[in-house]
Parts: sequence; structure tokens; C-alpha cells
Amino acid sequence: MMLKIDNLHAQIGDNEILRGVNLEVAAGEVHAIMGPNGSGKSTLANVLAGHEAYGITGTVRFEDEDLLALSPEDRAAAGLFLAFQHPVEIPGVGNLYFLRMALNSVRRRRGLEELDVMGFLALARERMKLVEMDESFMSRSVNEGFSGGEKKRNEILQMTILEPKLAILDETDSGLDIDALRIVAGGVNALRGPDRAMVVITHHQRLLDYIVPDQVHVMAGGRIARSGDKRLALELEEHGYADLGQESMSDRSTSVGATP
Amino acid sequence: MTTVTSTVTSTGRTGAIPTVAELLSRLGLPPSGPGPSWLTQARHGSTEWATMRGFPTLKDEDWKYTRLGPLLDVPFERAEAGAGHRISPATVEALTIDAESTRLVFINGFFAPELSSMAEVLDGVTVTNLASVLAEGGTGLEPFFSHPFAEFDHAFTALNTCLFEDGAFIHLPAGALVTAPIELVFLSEAHGSPVVSNPHSLILASPGSRVAVVETYAGTTGAITCTNAVTQVVLGEGAQVEHYKIQDETDTGFHLALLDVRQGPESRFSSGSVALGSKIARNEVRVRLEGEGAEAAIDSLYLPCADQHHDNPILIEHAAPRCTSRQLYKGIADECGHGVFNGHIIVWPGAEGTDASQTNKNLLLSDHAEIDTRPRLEIFTDDVKCTHGAAVGALDEEALFYLRSRGVPYEKARALLTYAFAREVMDLIPFASLRAHVDTLIAGRLVAEEGAGGTPR
Repeated sequence: MMLKIDNLHAQIGDNEILRGVNLEVAAGEVHAIMGPNGSGKSTLANVLAGHEAYGITGTVRFEDEDLLALSPEDRAAAGLFLAFQHPVEIPGVGNLYFLRMALNSVRRRRGLEELDVMGFLALARERMKLVEMDESFMSRSVNEGFSGGEKKRNEILQMTILEPKLAILDETDSGLDIDALRIVAGGVNALRGPDRAMVVITHHQRLLDYIVPDQVHVMAGGRIARSGDKRLALELEEHGYADLGQESMSDRSTSVGATP
Repeated sequence: MTTVTSTVTSTGRTGAIPTVAELLSRLGLPPSGPGPSWLTQARHGSTEWATMRGFPTLKDEDWKYTRLGPLLDVPFERAEAGAGHRISPATVEALTIDAESTRLVFINGFFAPELSSMAEVLDGVTVTNLASVLAEGGTGLEPFFSHPFAEFDHAFTALNTCLFEDGAFIHLPAGALVTAPIELVFLSEAHGSPVVSNPHSLILASPGSRVAVVETYAGTTGAITCTNAVTQVVLGEGAQVEHYKIQDETDTGFHLALLDVRQGPESRFSSGSVALGSKIARNEVRVRLEGEGAEAAIDSLYLPCADQHHDNPILIEHAAPRCTSRQLYKGIADECGHGVFNGHIIVWPGAEGTDASQTNKNLLLSDHAEIDTRPRLEIFTDDVKCTHGAAVGALDEEALFYLRSRGVPYEKARALLTYAFAREVMDLIPFASLRAHVDTLIAGRLVAEEGAGGTPR
């Protein structure tokens, strides 16, 4: 099993956001996680990537390693990647410079040779074509002044360059028009393979037309309330989240049905 | 308490801070070389003034952040001429920004022609050492040695007047345009006893002229030195002066400097400075906008770490209508470093249409580092636009997490973000070679601290 999450709890202060998440993702699989706002989807993604704001209990094994014991950078080196819902703008740090530093840090720890500037540029150009990104973006600061869609494409570009084993996409589709969605999905699908897995967090069924999932999970109240195959997503599209997990939804009634 | 103090004083042990008179008697009388009689008078006048005024204390408004005890405790001696032979050309070369440039080198305040490079600048433009000009009478220079301590002053400026040996002299006739930066290198060197040097430089830009000058202050490792420098810049109507300063003295040294600028109508002055060195450094800037429509832009980056103290007093006086001034001061304090921004803008009566802005941003990299920021505005006229803002913060945690989540190790991510904070000031330098030089210095400092590799460009 590539990823095995067992009874994962996460809290900030007294606010418990994840309340016992269990999830298994095998190599080669694509899992979709849906659910209303505030159900804990983004928190799950952040906790897996190593965000330090949370108090955490439970276990997460990533390829039989204790993921929770690793620093964020070691998780990246181990092959985990999170495409952020809201990628941060970092003025003064060049996109290209940052990305080469990231790739070489990861390669070094994977025991691979570092890429020189020319080798890296060749790789970056090729991957930029894949996500139809203009080369001028590379000379700009990380995400600075990027539109919402450009930021998301930059996330996918980073993913295709870092070639993770497990990619978590946190609402990468939100705010994208159909063309951008197609491009993002193209980048994701290019990375699919028997050795890789993906967890796609989304509000919308339409992304799953492009990235077809093997399993669909619904989060509610900090837990996985329901799991099924891709038909579950269609069902949710039709009926919303109202029928799900009454018990766990009750304390978050305000967000029930908030999804269009 | 009184008893203890008197005991200490009576034994003459450390802790007893000397008076100006005691310091002067230790350093010896002002040099009596060839020079105009008005200079001798100015030296005597400033000696008297400083003796009467005494050294500044923490009670002085503009000195409240800088403890002078560690400096005045040191038994400094006057620097001797001719220390240049102990400096290798390689040392100077390392401080050189552009090998082709005109460069004046001073060792402990004395001109070192053998280390300088006096390429022909331009017809009518004078680039030389001040002592040689004074030896020939120094016609017209008298006002520059009477005014610095006339207002808002302290003993160190006066001491510079009574003790200076030499410095740079740059004069541009009307309309002269010098394109390549002129480099002034001030090297502190002590061979045994601690020494104090007092360079005094003049940059005089006649109407319509243009020049760029880089001042570099550095010291030999381990030397206990004190540089007490004064640089005066005068801009005639429409003149344009770009001034840069790199303060990279040894961390066992002290650096006190005053940059005094007087601007005529429609003149443009800019200054970009970087402070890396010294145990205690005080980089004072005073700009007086005297002619209508003058513009001044003062940018500074200070990076106190270890137990360094970097104080940045700045006074901008708007004394004429429709002048513009902008300040961008950025501080990065690490370890037990202490940075101070003490910015003061005065808009005098009659200076309507003033546009003044003042920004101070600081990054605290350690729990033990300290930043004091004190922006001040005094406005005595209507119809002005003045803005000021100050901020002190830590590195952006979300940005740090973002970089780490991509595999960039913590220390490198920290260095990268710190460098990015500094870059705003560096990007304002228009000369590629100077920008690269400063970039290397900054990256070297951040990389040495963080153990990261490569210049983050």
C-alpha cells in the first residue's frame, strides 16, 4: 500500500478538525475526495504535506515509512507532492531558481545526480509546454502577480517537474475555466502510471470527467463518511451532501449543501 | 552607588569614559601641515566646540539607541601615515567593483596613491585627494569646514573636522557628465594598537553635472579600528549624484559616518547603502533640500548579526517648495544583532508641495535580535504629502512551508526568503557590476549563516 492513513486526528488549539480519518491508496490509483466546506479536506492535505500548525495523533505510512516523523522537505524527497489550494506569493524569489533548487534538493536526496542549468532548462521548457505556460513566467517571482489560473498551472508545472509518487491536488480545479481545467487535467494525466498515485480533492464532479478516479470518498465532519466508485461522484452532483453522515454533519450544519 | 563610581574613576581603570579633552590629548594635536589658515582656525574652533559639548550620551535624542561605552573604552591612537605598504594590492582588488574604474584608496584616512587608480575621468573634472587641494590653498572650500557642526550636531563630526588628514575630493564643472562610477575605498588597518581615522570627503557637483560615487569601507580582519567619516555632497541646479556605500568593516571595528547632502533646485540625489560590518556602526544621513523641485531617494539595507549594532539616523529637511524625498530602509537582524532606524523628516515653512515618504521594514531572524524603529515627521507647512510606515516581522511561515513542501531544506528556504527580502533594495542599483558585487556580499553573508549554496538569483 502506498499510503495508509489510520485513525488520523488533527487539531488547532481546541478545535479538532480531523476526527479519525482512515484511508488507503494503492500505487496506480486515483482517489477523489469530495465533501462540503469545512469538512477537513484541505486540513488532511496540509497534514500529509507536513504543515506544522496542527496537533496530530494517529498514523500515516507512506511506502512503509512513518510519514508523520518526516519534515516537509523529507516528505517531498520521499515522493509526496501537494498542489496547494491557495499557492502563496513569494516576492523576490525567482520561479526558475526556486524550482531548480527544489528539484536538485529532491534529486540529491533520492541519490540522483543534480541537473545543471542547461539540463534543468530543457526539462522545464518541455514541461511548460505540457501545461501551456509561457516561458516569461519562469523569470518572475514565485506566483507573484499570477492570476488564479496561472497559480494553479504553476502548481501542476512543479508537479510534473518534481515527478512525485503521490500527488495530492487540493481544489486545483476551483476557479478554472474549461480550457484551464483541460490543461491542468492534461498535466495530471501525463503523470499517471502504475507506480504513482493521486488524491484529488475537488468540489466539482466535472474535474472527474477529465481525471477519472478509481475511488471516490466523501469527507464530512473530519472523517471519511462514505466511499465508493466514480458513480458516487455523479450521485453527489445530483443530490448534494445532505443525505450523508447525519451524525457527523450535525455539528457543521451551516456548511451542509454549501457546494453548488 | 556614588561611592562605587568615584572609586572606579579614581583608579582610572576601564569603565571610566574619557572626555573629549582627554581623548584629544591622547590622540595629539591636529596636524599642522601645509594648509590654509582658515582650516587651522576651523580645527581650533571645532576642538573647542567638541570639548565644550562633550560626547553624546543615551540622553541625546539621536543617540539614545547607541551605547558609546564600548567604543570610548578603547585606547585608540591616531593613525600614522604610510600604512599602505602593509596592504597588498590583492586586498584592494577584492574591494574593487570595476577594474577599469577611477579609484582612490585611503588607508586609515591617508591617501595611498600606489594603491589607487587615477584614470583620466573627463576634461575639467577633478578627482583627487582633499589634502592635495588644501595644500594648494583650498580656495572656496572654507564653508565646508564651518557648517557641518553648526546645526543638529555632535562631537564626532566636530572631531572629524579637527582631526581629518585626508579624504576624496571630487569636483564637477557645470554640465560635466561622468558615466562610470568613481570608487572610493577606505581601508582600516591596525598593526598593534587600536587606531582611529577621520576621512573627510567632498563631492561637489556644479549645475547640470552628473556623477556616481561608491564609498567602500572595509577593515583588515581582527584589527581594532574606528572610522569617523564625513562625506559632504553639494548639488547645484539640475545636478545629479548617485551615491553608494558599502560598510563592510571588520567586526572588531567601529564605524561612525555622516553623509551630509545639500541640494539645489531640480537636483537629484540618490543613495544606496549596505551595512554588513562593524561591532558598532552608526550611519547618519542628512539631506537638505534647499532648491525648488529637488529630489532625494535614500535606500539602505542593514544586516546586524552576532552582537553587531547598526544605527541609522536620517534627517531629511524640506526647505524649499515642491521637493520630493523617498526613504526605503530595510533591516535584517539575526542572532543578537541590533538594528535601529531613526528617521526624521522636517518640512519647513514655505516648503509647500512637499512629497515625502519614509518606509522602514525589518526582518527579525532570531528571538535574541532586536529592532528599534522610530519614524518621525515634523510638518510646518500646509499642502504637503507625507507618508511613513514601519514594520518589524519574522519570515512568512506559509512561504517557508511552501518552499519546504517542494523539497527545499529548511535552512535554504530561510536563506532564500531572507535574500528575497533584501533584494528590493539591491534591485534599485542601476549598475550591473555594482549590483553583482553587493549581491555577492549579501548572499555570502546569508549563505555563510545558513549553510546554503549558490547565489539565489
